[in-house]
Amino acid sequence: MIDTLRLTAEEAAGLVERGEASGAELHAAYAAAIDERDGELHAYLRTTEADGRNGVPVAFKDLICTRGIETTAASRILEGYIPPFDATVATRCYEAGMPLLGKTNMDEFAMGSSTENSGYGPTHNPWDPERVPGGSSGGSAAAVAAGLAPWALGSDTGGSIKQPASLCGVVGLRPTYGTVSRYGIVAFASSLDQVGPITKTVRDCALLYGTIAGRDPCDTTTVELPEPVALPEGTDLNGLRVGVPRQLNEAEGIEPGVAASVQAAIATLEELGASVDTCELPRSVEFGLPCYYLIAPSEASTNLARYDGVRYGLRVEGGDVREMYERTRHDGFGDEPKRRIMLGTYALSAGYYDAYYGQAQKVRTLIKQEHDALFERFDVLVSPTSPTVAFKLGERTENPLAMYVADLLTIPSNMAGLPGISIPCGLAEGLPVGFQLIAPQFGENTLFRAGHALEQALAFDYVPERLR
Amino acid sequence: MAISRDEVRHVARLARLSLTDEELERFGDQLGAILEAVSKVAELDLDDVPPTAHPLDLVNVWAEDEPRPCLPVEEALANAPERDGDFFRVPPA
Repeated sequence: MIDTLRLTAEEAAGLVERGEASGAELHAAYAAAIDERDGELHAYLRTTEADGRNGVPVAFKDLICTRGIETTAASRILEGYIPPFDATVATRCYEAGMPLLGKTNMDEFAMGSSTENSGYGPTHNPWDPERVPGGSSGGSAAAVAAGLAPWALGSDTGGSIKQPASLCGVVGLRPTYGTVSRYGIVAFASSLDQVGPITKTVRDCALLYGTIAGRDPCDTTTVELPEPVALPEGTDLNGLRVGVPRQLNEAEGIEPGVAASVQAAIATLEELGASVDTCELPRSVEFGLPCYYLIAPSEASTNLARYDGVRYGLRVEGGDVREMYERTRHDGFGDEPKRRIMLGTYALSAGYYDAYYGQAQKVRTLIKQEHDALFERFDVLVSPTSPTVAFKLGERTENPLAMYVADLLTIPSNMAGLPGISIPCGLAEGLPVGFQLIAPQFGENTLFRAGHALEQALAFDYVPERLR
Repeated sequence: MAISRDEVRHVARLARLSLTDEELERFGDQLGAILEAVSKVAELDLDDVPPTAHPLDLVNVWAEDEPRPCLPVEEALANAPERDGDFFRVPPA
């Protein structure tokens, strides 16, 4: 009997290697767990049959194109779209022998922090189904937390891997911009989007990152990794210099339970041998969110121009081509993409460009400079991943700005193209708290080393209490 | 910072989005609140700061100019809402 709630991907790979389970048997075990629990959670938009690959199964966020398998980015405007090709990350997982379990739910076009913006209904948090799993990769995070996938791929623009990983009590890595191919990924904000793993453990995270990372000739923004991925082994952190940015750790809105859990994790880092000191990121935190909500919608407004009812997806007929465009886009997009398309169109329009988009790009330079300066003194920066634990469904849907602050602590490092990992560090009110570690560009191995040592010391139980 | 209903209508038209009267009101209020929040970037004096368009310092990525097979026409058209021979068909402009 395979216990999918407990089994790590690395352990699953061991079962296959020793001939104790086949890829098909693993796939069947997860499919059975999906049948049992996904009616309540809705982590998957669709599941897929076993495909003969004899490795550890995987789930993909539904903005990863899969040849012959419907891919919608959780939008009604892409309903029925069957990609004629695979995303490079899908190809790399397949080549590593991973059978596909299915496509996971998300906020439409990755725009949101709760998965409530899905055009196909929300996902529920496995720790408490009345609460959101975070977003936008909420389906992937919930699937891993609930034992419905050993590991999964998500994508992160402003926090869409780290924040749901935090809210679901699992590990999520947003890789350095440019290390993972976006070929075949439904685009949201191209100067920010990155694909990354969501897993139960840091070692699983390193394994899956190693599978998908590296230059892809089909994506000219990708680069070769400067060093191979190192699977973390050690349990001490001697010599590691940890910076605690005051503004990320004392921001308004951080719940007391979250702050306490993060403080305890920082104390643990010190016990493991790391040196810890406070530092400052004043403008990155104060101006990060406004900067992001100009740059991301601006890029989204151009990326989403392609959904026009001509080549794929929904078409709503109209008397002429313009009317067809306008009706198709009205009926096909949900509210959040519409808001962001209009916001971005406004910020890029004549007369406003310099004051909004141009100014935001300069703020982005400041944010990058502030982080660069800190990495002269520190190896990693740490903070809560999310100011809060998982909030209730419906709590923030009426007020877009209340939803946007969910990414307050993940956005600054994302704007600078830096890698970040969220690992669970404890519970507050019975719900998981995520601990964010940020490294310089290409510092993933540092994140794995620090994250693994902390994970071993904290011994957080990633199986949701109600499912134990 | 408020955005007038006429401006919302104009932006929606630029973005090829039709809006109902109810949506015009609702999105107008929400966009006004969001614009007020993001206008905070104007507080900084950044005349001497260069813009960042992209977080990596990549310049000119070169590739050999070698022909490769591309998507067959039938597959490229397979998702089309309407086709006419080897073309996508749209209503009259």
